[in-house]
Amino acid sequence: MSKKRNKKLHITCIAAFFVLLCATVWLLGRITQPKYTSGVLEGAMTQEYYDEKYSHDVVFVGDCEVYENFSPVTMWEERGITSYIRGSAQQLIWQSYYLLEEVFERESPKVVVYNVQSMKYSEPQSEAYNRMTLDGMPLSKHKIDAINASMTEDEDMISYLIPFLRYHSRWSELTDDDFRYAFSHDNVTVAGYLMRADVKPMTKLPTAPVLEDYEIGERCWEYLDKMRELCDANGATLVLIKSPSLWPHWYEQWDGQISAYAEKYGLRYINLLNVSDEIGLDMQTDTYDGGLHLNIYGAEKLSKYFAGILSDELGVPDRSADKDIAADWQAKSEAYYALYNAQLAELKEYGYLKSWTLGEEK
Amino acid sequence: MLFTSYGFIAFLAVLFALYYLVPRRFQWLLLLAADVVFYACAGWQGLLFMAATITVSWASTNLMGANLRKQKSYLASPEGKALERDERRAFKKHNEKYRKRIFILALIIDLGILAALKYTNFIISNVNSVFGASVGAVDWVLPLGISFYTFQTVSYVIDVYWEKVEPERNILRVALFTSFFPLLIQGPISRFGDLKDTLFAEHKADFKQISFGFQRILWGYFKKLVIADRLLVAVTALCGDPSTYTGAYVFIGAVLYAAELYADFTGGIDITIGIAQVLGVKVQENFIRPYFSRSIAEYWRRWHISMGTWFKDYIFYPLSVAPWLLKLSKNARKKISDGFGRKLSVYVSTIVTWFLTGLWHGAAWNFVVWGLLNAFFILLAEEFKPVSHRFREKHGALVNGFCYRVFETLRTFLLMCSLRILDCYRDVAVSFRAFGSIFTELNWDEAFSGTLLQLGLSGTDYIVAGLGVIVMFAVSCVQEKRGSVRESLWEKPVLSYAVFFVLAVAVLTLGAYGVGYDASQFIYNQF
Repeated sequence: MSKKRNKKLHITCIAAFFVLLCATVWLLGRITQPKYTSGVLEGAMTQEYYDEKYSHDVVFVGDCEVYENFSPVTMWEERGITSYIRGSAQQLIWQSYYLLEEVFERESPKVVVYNVQSMKYSEPQSEAYNRMTLDGMPLSKHKIDAINASMTEDEDMISYLIPFLRYHSRWSELTDDDFRYAFSHDNVTVAGYLMRADVKPMTKLPTAPVLEDYEIGERCWEYLDKMRELCDANGATLVLIKSPSLWPHWYEQWDGQISAYAEKYGLRYINLLNVSDEIGLDMQTDTYDGGLHLNIYGAEKLSKYFAGILSDELGVPDRSADKDIAADWQAKSEAYYALYNAQLAELKEYGYLKSWTLGEEK
Repeated sequence: MLFTSYGFIAFLAVLFALYYLVPRRFQWLLLLAADVVFYACAGWQGLLFMAATITVSWASTNLMGANLRKQKSYLASPEGKALERDERRAFKKHNEKYRKRIFILALIIDLGILAALKYTNFIISNVNSVFGASVGAVDWVLPLGISFYTFQTVSYVIDVYWEKVEPERNILRVALFTSFFPLLIQGPISRFGDLKDTLFAEHKADFKQISFGFQRILWGYFKKLVIADRLLVAVTALCGDPSTYTGAYVFIGAVLYAAELYADFTGGIDITIGIAQVLGVKVQENFIRPYFSRSIAEYWRRWHISMGTWFKDYIFYPLSVAPWLLKLSKNARKKISDGFGRKLSVYVSTIVTWFLTGLWHGAAWNFVVWGLLNAFFILLAEEFKPVSHRFREKHGALVNGFCYRVFETLRTFLLMCSLRILDCYRDVAVSFRAFGSIFTELNWDEAFSGTLLQLGLSGTDYIVAGLGVIVMFAVSCVQEKRGSVRESLWEKPVLSYAVFFVLAVAVLTLGAYGVGYDASQFIYNQF
């Protein structure tokens, strides 16, 4: 073989090498990335937002205190409100902010509801939770900014951009689901609401620990400012809430600081803990984990109450007359009740929600 | 900056791209800038010590060079030629004395920095234990790769003093030679004469060399990430608890450590040589399949070659012909016996060389004992040479047979594994106890009844590491028989890139890297 021809062949091979390598890494990344189809479902939530066909008048952002405590389907049924919850486990305020940036790029909600519980964290916390929130975002400037803001010391940007670098070691624990859902997903939420139909009554709450410092971190205020400015710039009303979960403890000192902030900027701040009775919450029946999160019964009560505020006080319109939107929400309602019935059946059969136990017997 | 970090890979990508984009006359300066960036990442304090070493070696070699030139030119001048023989000799001696003073001063400073930073705490702890004193340990910075760059610099100063190489007048070139970043982590300890031609040269992008360089880097990552860093987990668990893991576990640990150390060290050297090859710089090989050695002496000719030749050239040979030792030898021949006297200088030189080799590996007694035991076995083999020769002559067919070769290879391998136990446990008494337990505690059943799966590695991990070792062994066999694998694949590009594609996917998939792995530094980085 002539030298020139040999060199040409080498260059072709190198090009093929890199193309194949990139394709393989992408493909393996899709396969090895956790699918969160059982046990920990929270990691599958972020990606579901991008399937939404119609825009929403209300968008919730925050952690488990929104995605487990509010039911958009109930708000639709109650007041014809279209809403979506962009929340995931331990979603930090900067993650909520960048998810919200993404929301405003895709739609124009009239009201943004932010649950302030996550203001207690002013530093990145955990890689696992970061991944659950961020991996589902498509590549964009918002995602890169969110990663930069969220990374703990051991993490690196490249493994978010090329997930296989993070999840390669899962090769020995792959299941059928990893292949089945490599290029698709089943929804685990309904409009961002993660349903639990089981009941675990509150017994005794732990004593709230004494903190060294009750000041909310500077970084949280910075992002709350940004969130407020973003809403202003997009003509949306920002509403701050504290969800009525009893634990982790919401300190008076924190409440005071949030109230002062809301007052300073003319924002509405609703501490729903103070209106639990008005809502009708009963922590013997309305929680599935002893007061940390609401179950479907609690979430429906809270949603009915909050839908009233959104509709009566914040002027969120009733969209039930719009046929297309109504059809979309009809489908959501069906999915919602199907999920509810499935959980009831599971509870009847096993006495607990087996699909939530990572395959381990309770 | 770890060789296995994403930061380092990005650093390399930028460097490689710039290297072939800048005008060629600036390539070596770009390398120097890269060295500074690389080294500064490990802490700016290290740069100060390295700068001191560079300045001293540059100044001393140039002072010696200038003096030698002056001496030669004077002696070649009519005035010099007119000198009487005695006067010429006196003139030469005077200049030699001057050069020697500079030479010794340079060695004292260069080695003094190394000794002070690396051995002060070792000395303090020994003084404390011998004299019952309570001198506090010092908390001094140990610059990255100080043992490697100091030895490299010292070899340069000695070579100039011995007039084997010309002194380099440009301090920046001396700086590049001292700080060339791929060599800083774990060598090879290169000589100025070997490195300068390609290090300072202008390089056109050589397609084949660049391709070979990348392939070698990939092979290095395979060894490091797939084998070494995986086995590290089990080795750390076994050596970290010497009271629990005795007997069979010590043996298993020593064998696993042999595989880990080899994969780690040679993997690092492959990355080093591969990087240099992409940059067009020729770096000497540091390993020639050492586990195929049939004797301890052969092993040390194949393992960490650059260190072995350094100690041989700069310690062993000069010492064995040192006037005081020759005199001692002569006296021993007269007063004790001829045979003993003749061997004395070799014995003393061997023991001193291995004592220093041990110390170079680490400021601890386990390394010293390890060095001395190496000396002991080398000298023992030397003593048994006549017996061995007779045996070989008598049983030629047996000795040249496959089985005997395997026996000798295994014997050497196990001997080196045994000596390395001192490196595993880092404590002389614990190491000897552990070694002894191999013969006194017969707990093989227990070891293979599932305990090995409780060391942090799953069965799959052992299989992956085992397969990796088999691949490494197969490649070594091919290299031993047919030379370079890359060279033989070069004429078959499709097969070649297919092989390296599989290797790349294996590294990315099976490599122990990323969050969840404690990115272990290369073992030889610490020396």
